[in-house]
Amino acid sequence: MNLMVNGESLTVQQSEQTIAGVLQQLGYSGEIFAVALNGNFVARATYGETSLHDGDCLDIVAPVVGG
Amino acid sequence: MQDKLKLYGKEFSSRLLVGTALYPSPAIMRESVAASGSEIITLSLRRQSPEQQQGKMLWDYIRESGCQLLPNTAGCKTTKEVIALAEMSREIFGTDLLKLEVIGDDYNLQPDPFGLVDAARELIKRGFKVLPYCTDDLVVCRKLLDVGCEVLMPWGSPIGTGRGLMNKYNLQTLRERLPDTPLIIDAGIGAPSQAAEAMELGFDAVLLNTAIAKAQNPVLMAEAFRLAVASGRAARNAGLMLKRQTASPSTPTLDMPFWQQTVSSGEKV
Repeated sequence: MNLMVNGESLTVQQSEQTIAGVLQQLGYSGEIFAVALNGNFVARATYGETSLHDGDCLDIVAPVVGG
Repeated sequence: MQDKLKLYGKEFSSRLLVGTALYPSPAIMRESVAASGSEIITLSLRRQSPEQQQGKMLWDYIRESGCQLLPNTAGCKTTKEVIALAEMSREIFGTDLLKLEVIGDDYNLQPDPFGLVDAARELIKRGFKVLPYCTDDLVVCRKLLDVGCEVLMPWGSPIGTGRGLMNKYNLQTLRERLPDTPLIIDAGIGAPSQAAEAMELGFDAVLLNTAIAKAQNPVLMAEAFRLAVASGRAARNAGLMLKRQTASPSTPTLDMPFWQQTVSSGEKV
């Protein structure tokens, strides 16, 4: 399955995968990040039940300075 | 005297809101925010890989500062982008407050008035407390109030230009026509004198970033802005004198010594 994560392509071996699985695989831990799937917000509580499909785009964001 | 800034039911002593970007270092940013006396700081969200630690470092500082967080939607151009970023911000920062930015022009970063109203309406339905970064157009501001915004943040001039209050007529009109709405001048302030002027015009607060962060001495400039905003507010509360066309002596003229009657030519008689 091919995904786009933060604008870069990522190939996942499993045919079925959740957001929680991909985050773990990529090394995200803690709670100082948030996720959007195909441009739509995904609540943290639903990472484990949100399945990903080929071509999905994930955005994983964290706090930065701003004006 | 109690003179608190009230935003969505919360009270603040400081009327200066500051951004956290563009500082020479995180340490100078921290020191500058403290020197500004600000109780509200703006910040944002961006893509980040697990190896990058900026998010955690910033988060640690934010918790230590005790400041109210005001996440922004900088860079967004559509309601869909705004909604996703706003929801992500609320989850991370744990606040409903949101500085809404919908950019309509890349050259001067002018807010898109139609996108703003549309995004504000949707955000308010979702429970956000929206502080829109808007132009100084009275009708747009009214539309933003109509959809439920309780605070407006008209620009002084385009972001990062330091040109101060570009259109005082429009800004004064906003103040006069929306007397009960908290109005914060956001963007374009380049000097403490301009911040003081905004406060003298009756604006409730000033939000700025670049003027402090890009000063040669940001910490000292933060202090200067703290004083200017407090000074302008005190002046507004005190009531400014009316401007006059002709001179009027401040020293009494009655019983002036050495007085002799003169004729209009100045020749003594």
